Amino acid sequence: MLALREVSKSFGAVRALREVSLDLVPGEAHALAGENGAGKSTLVKILSGVHRPDRGTLLLDDRPIEFHGPADAQAAGVAVIYQEPTLFPDLSVTENIFMGRQPRRSFGRLDRRAMRTRAVELFSRLGVPLDPDQPTRGLSIADQQLVEIAKALSRDARVLVMDEPTAALSGNEVERLFGVAGSLREQGCAVLFVSHRLDEMFSLCQRVTTLRDGAWVATDVIADITPDDLVRRMVGRDLATLFPKTDTSPGEVALRVERLTREGVFTDVSFEVRSGEIVALAGLVGAGRSEVARAVFGIDRWDAGRVHVAGRPLRAGSPTAAMAAGVALVPEDRRQQGLVMDLSIERNIGLTGLRWGLVSRGAERARATDWAIRLQVKYAHLTDAVTVLSGGNQQKVVLAKWLAREPRVLIVDEPTRGIDVGTKAEVHRLLSELAGQGLAVLMISSELPEVLGMADRVLVMHEGRLVADIPRAEATEERVLAAATGRAA
Amino acid sequence: MTTSTERTHARPNAGARAFVDRVARVRELGIVVALLALFGITGAVNPAFLSPASIRDILLNSAIIATLAVGQTLVVVTRNVDLSVSSVVGISAFGGALILADHPQIPIPVVIAGCVVLGAACGAINGLLVGVARVPALVATLGTLYAFRGVDYAWAGGRQVNAADMPQGFLRLGSADVLGVPLPALVALTVLLAVGWVMRNLPQGRELYAIGSSPDAAVLAGIGVRKRVLTAFVVSGALAGLAGVMWAARFGTVDATVATGKELDVIAAVVVGGVAIFGGSGTVYGAALGALLLSGITSALAVLRVDALAQTAINGALILAAIILDRLLAIRVAKALRKRRYRDAR
Ligand SMILES: Nc1ncnc2c1ncn2[C@@H]1O[C@H](COP(=O)(O)OP(=O)(O)OP(=O)(O)O)[C@@H](O)[C@H]1O
Ligand SMILES: [Mg+2]
Repeated sequence: MLALREVSKSFGAVRALREVSLDLVPGEAHALAGENGAGKSTLVKILSGVHRPDRGTLLLDDRPIEFHGPADAQAAGVAVIYQEPTLFPDLSVTENIFMGRQPRRSFGRLDRRAMRTRAVELFSRLGVPLDPDQPTRGLSIADQQLVEIAKALSRDARVLVMDEPTAALSGNEVERLFGVAGSLREQGCAVLFVSHRLDEMFSLCQRVTTLRDGAWVATDVIADITPDDLVRRMVGRDLATLFPKTDTSPGEVALRVERLTREGVFTDVSFEVRSGEIVALAGLVGAGRSEVARAVFGIDRWDAGRVHVAGRPLRAGSPTAAMAAGVALVPEDRRQQGLVMDLSIERNIGLTGLRWGLVSRGAERARATDWAIRLQVKYAHLTDAVTVLSGGNQQKVVLAKWLAREPRVLIVDEPTRGIDVGTKAEVHRLLSELAGQGLAVLMISSELPEVLGMADRVLVMHEGRLVADIPRAEATEERVLAAATGRAA
Repeated sequence: MTTSTERTHARPNAGARAFVDRVARVRELGIVVALLALFGITGAVNPAFLSPASIRDILLNSAIIATLAVGQTLVVVTRNVDLSVSSVVGISAFGGALILADHPQIPIPVVIAGCVVLGAACGAINGLLVGVARVPALVATLGTLYAFRGVDYAWAGGRQVNAADMPQGFLRLGSADVLGVPLPALVALTVLLAVGWVMRNLPQGRELYAIGSSPDAAVLAGIGVRKRVLTAFVVSGALAGLAGVMWAARFGTVDATVATGKELDVIAAVVVGGVAIFGGSGTVYGAALGALLLSGITSALAVLRVDALAQTAINGALILAAIILDRLLAIRVAKALRKRRYRDAR
């Protein structure tokens, strides 16, 4: 239905895509795999008319076609969920869904009622209780992603393109999304699905195309290959095991949180993290995990309770104080909280090392290079703006930025979201290594295997309360899930 | 509709909730409250402030700024700004007055239309600079602020048009009453209602908000961003042209310095009226109310015999107060929404 023929695209010196061909057929879900920076999002943006290929052609129903902008692609029936949310924060959820092609009444007026009814319908199809009248400003990333999904579904598209739509979603929501995508596919819609989660590709898709460094590597029928084959195609080598957790003997208490409460968000949360320990904070999306992290780091105030770092009380509501005490937070929402998007990579990494507002250029560059290499950030120049990096590489820059400070307590919120399998192992190895050197790590993660594989202890939150504290030896998927859903204590 | 009302009624604290909703969605209410307080307090101290003549004066004074504020809102909502409006008012007022004085045979409506078109043309220049050539609006319109004024000076060559030179029929437009309301105020009100309707009900209006809210996302949504931004500037320019006519008719004496510095009053009105300076939110009604509030304050200070020099400072302080109040309110509402979301989740 929609196809790419030997398409190439370069950004300056970076060759993001090199003669890639891809066929999307009605009734088939096609997965797109590849490491961070392999060119997946670039391919998506060519299909959606954002970028125009330097060379090669786009075929729609076997006829060459040119998209001069997103509007053309939309008119051709292509609906896209982009990797980064593209919402209008001031407008309501409903308006966001229909912006650009609202239903009309007489005199060209908007049909607000029809819009609202359809929005409610979409959300019930997705099984999520989102208020269609609320502005999208302040929605969690998961909710933002759900609005994006509703937006794409509302288009009655012939081709549905999804760039890492599940990165921020919990299991339940992913299932719903797959249900809806599956039924669209059965109705003859072509689906392109980008993800770093292999199990998702295997459960949703029939074929998979792998890219490596912008070049096409293989297109396989999913039923014919194993996840290991796919990883080998992506990485070009066999991977060491994920989650290389080494056992450590925990030291002093580095972070102690006592009865922390923020009215209406979380209640009576107490826990300790010792140096050398990796403690995972598990729970469903919206359980209040990120909010606890934000409060500890001083971004939000807390209403009651105390936080001690290395035995000393921490002032509430002051990130500066938290940083001075040696706490670092790698936030969940990298675009809004973690990076200054228009600054260069080295600047971003160097940013937290500001001393009296001054940065030393030489030191900044040395440190940036060091960490960029350790995390295998893929970039053309350290002086490039962070905006041009692929999503996963932006995440790595955020990590590098905080690790470069050599903190005492590291709080990471979804550290491997949107990171490819190879680097994921690298991040895990790194966290483990840092813990071995005496760092206290509090890791918020929605990926159970990661939680179980990495953590010395698993704390579980449910509806704003800490409901379980499970040591590594006793942590099983069932126990964590049961606690997270509030079924057991 | 049904689901939300059901949910509201199911809650015990429906009243508080409804209030939060109201304030969250209708920010203009705050300005209305401020207006009422202003009139109440000043009227209590000096009842002459509430006399029909005084009210009429306030309406006349605010009509021009309100018209400009409506146009400015369109531009500010798209995350831009139009500093050149005062120069457009100047050139339109002088041009209109000159034509009327030198060529009395040309019908008045034609001259008015000509002024509006002249304003629209100036707006188109701004729009092309900002929307198409991508010059930042602050820079582009600062440039045209001086450029238009320069053209105005060159055209006038030191000449001044007096009331005696212009047809009586035209000057009457500036002070005539229709049903007891001064005509310029009616014109401003008509403009306000028309633009307000478009901004709320037509996709074109909503797209302006979308552009200001997130320019990148607007491109991805397939919105013709350049065209819309150009349109916003053209409308702002056309309304400035109209305001120029209102100025000439009202004051009668027109030279090349007309309306110098008024762009700041306009922007102040827009900001006080709750239009976010970074785009994406606020309404033309708020902006018009802001204009009314600011000229009401000026009149009130005069009635209360506040020293003219102190007036400017007080005006400034009030603008700051309005903005601070607005922020506080926004924070409050955000907090209430947060708690509610949490309660609803369980
Ligand atoms: N606008 C741009 N300007 C310059 N370089 C760009 C731009 N967009 C992407 N790139 C570069 O192109 C390469 C491919 O990026 P792309 O976003 O397609 O990767 P990806 O496969 O989606 O990765 P991820 O899994 O991290 O999302 C990267 O090296 C990136 O830095
Ligand atoms: Mg990507």
